[in-house]
Amino acid sequence: MVGDAISHAVLPGIVIAFLFTGSRDSLPMIIGAGLLGVITTFLIEFFHRYARVQADASIGITFTWLFAIGIILISVFAGQIDLDQDCVLYGEIAYVPLDLWITENNLSYGPRTVWTLGFVTILIVAFIALGYKELFLTAFDPGYAAAIGISTTVWYYLLMTAVSLTTVASFESVGAILVVAFLVGPPATAYLLTDDFKKMLFLSVICGVVAVVIGYYLAYWLDGSIAGAVAAVTGFNFALAFLFSPTHGQFFKRRKAIPV
Amino acid sequence: MILQVDNPVVEVHDLTVSYDRKPVLWGVDLTLPAGSLVGVIGPNGAGKSTLIKAIMNLLPASSGYVRIFNEPIKQVRKRISYVPQRESVDWDFPASVFDVVLMGRYGNLGLFKRPRKADKDAAMQALEKVGMQGFAERQISQLSGGQQQRVFLARALAQNADIYFMDEPFAGVDIATETAIIELLRTMRAQGKTVIVVHHDLQSASQYFDWVVLLNMRLVASGPTEQVLTQELLEQTYGGKLTVLSKVGDLLQKQQFPARER
Repeated sequence: MVGDAISHAVLPGIVIAFLFTGSRDSLPMIIGAGLLGVITTFLIEFFHRYARVQADASIGITFTWLFAIGIILISVFAGQIDLDQDCVLYGEIAYVPLDLWITENNLSYGPRTVWTLGFVTILIVAFIALGYKELFLTAFDPGYAAAIGISTTVWYYLLMTAVSLTTVASFESVGAILVVAFLVGPPATAYLLTDDFKKMLFLSVICGVVAVVIGYYLAYWLDGSIAGAVAAVTGFNFALAFLFSPTHGQFFKRRKAIPV
Repeated sequence: MILQVDNPVVEVHDLTVSYDRKPVLWGVDLTLPAGSLVGVIGPNGAGKSTLIKAIMNLLPASSGYVRIFNEPIKQVRKRISYVPQRESVDWDFPASVFDVVLMGRYGNLGLFKRPRKADKDAAMQALEKVGMQGFAERQISQLSGGQQQRVFLARALAQNADIYFMDEPFAGVDIATETAIIELLRTMRAQGKTVIVVHHDLQSASQYFDWVVLLNMRLVASGPTEQVLTQELLEQTYGGKLTVLSKVGDLLQKQQFPARER
C-alpha cells in the first residue's frame, strides 16, 4: 500500500512548494509532491530494513507523520495559504473542465489537468517500455537480479518515483481515495483474468477505462459522487473477476482440472 | 583440514557476515579449484546460504574480501550465475516458463535492449538441456517442485556463465529431477565450469562432489571429498550427533570412494 501512503504523505511537499512559489501552478506542486513521494518510499524502506519494523507498520508510521506535518503547515500558515485539505486530498473530477489552461493571449487549450496527466502518462508508458525487462525481473526474483548485476534498489526507487509521480498528478483531479482504488483495483482484477504479465498490463488499463465510463454514468444516473461511483465499479469489476474469471475464478475452479 | 589451492577460481579471505551485529559467519578463509563440483555442507543455520550470498556480494560482509577469477566481483558479474532457493520467489507470479528462462539473458543484454532471436534460441536450448522444452508456454504456477527447480536451472544455463552458485537445488525434488540435475552438473564440470552447490544430504554428498566445504558458522574443512568427509570432521561440523554420523561413517567406508567418474 505504498501508493496509499504516498498519496497522503505528499501533503507537506505541496504546502512547501506553495510557500516557496506562492502560486498554485501544477509544476512546482508536482515537483514538491514528487520529491516527498520519493522521500516517503525511502523512509518506509529505511524503517523496514534498518529499524526492523514490519512493512505495514513502517508504511503507517511514515505517512501519518508526514501527513500530520502537512496539516500543521497548512494550519500555521492558514492566513497566507489559499489551500485546504479538501482541495488537496479530495479532488473533484467534475471541476476539471472548469480549470482551463489559458495562455496570455487568451487562447484556451482545454482543461489543464488533461495536459499534465497526458504528459505524465507518456512518461510512465515510456518508462515501462524502456525498463520492461528490468522491472519484470526485479519484481519476480530480486535475488537473481542482484546476482547478475541488475540493481534492485535502483529499479525499486525508479518504480516508486513513477508511482509517486502518477499519484501526485492524478489526485488533484480525482482525489486520494480514487487514486488508491485505481492503483490497486484494475491490476488486481487483471491479475485474476490472465497469467501473462504483458496481457495483465493491458488488461488493467482496459479495466480502468471500463470502470470510469460505467462509473461516470452510474453517478450521473444516481446524481451522486463521480469518484465514489467509479471506485465502487472498480470494486465490482474485481468481484466479478474473482467469481467468474476463466483462469482463477471461484465459479470455475472446482469444475476444471488443470491438464498436466 | 583446510586446503588452499593455487590459481583458485574463488578466493575468500577472512570473511565475516553479521545480521544485526550478530555474526553468522566467522572469519572464513578458503580457496576453490577451477572446474570442480563443490558441495557446501553443514547443519541448519550453519550459514551455508549466507556464505554463497556473501561471496556474490548479495549480503554485505562485516570484514574480509572475495575475489573471483582473481578479480573483484563487480568486474566479473557477467561470468557468474546464481540459482536461488526455489522458495525465494512467488510462483504465482504471472509469467510463463519461457519468460523465466529468458531472464537468464537479461544480464548480458544491457539497458533498454530487448531479447533478440539469439537470446530466445539460447533460452530454448537451456530448456531442452533440463528436459522441459515441452513446457515453454506453461504458466509457472502450474509446475511441480522438481519442474520449478529445472526452470531455475535452465535460467542459469541460458546465461552461459563460467561459475554457478546453487542454493539447495536438490531440496524437495523428485528422484528423476535429482538424477537429471546431477548429470547436468557433471556435464558442466566436463566443460570446465565451476559449480558451487549448497547441499544438506550427507549420504549423496560423497558421490556428487569432488570438493567439499564443511561449515558451521566457522569453516570446519575445505578440501577434496575423500579427505574431508571423515567421521572426525563431520562430528566437528554437526556437533557429534553420533547416531546419524556413525551410520554415515559406515556408509562412507562401505563405498570406499569409487574412483571419480569424469
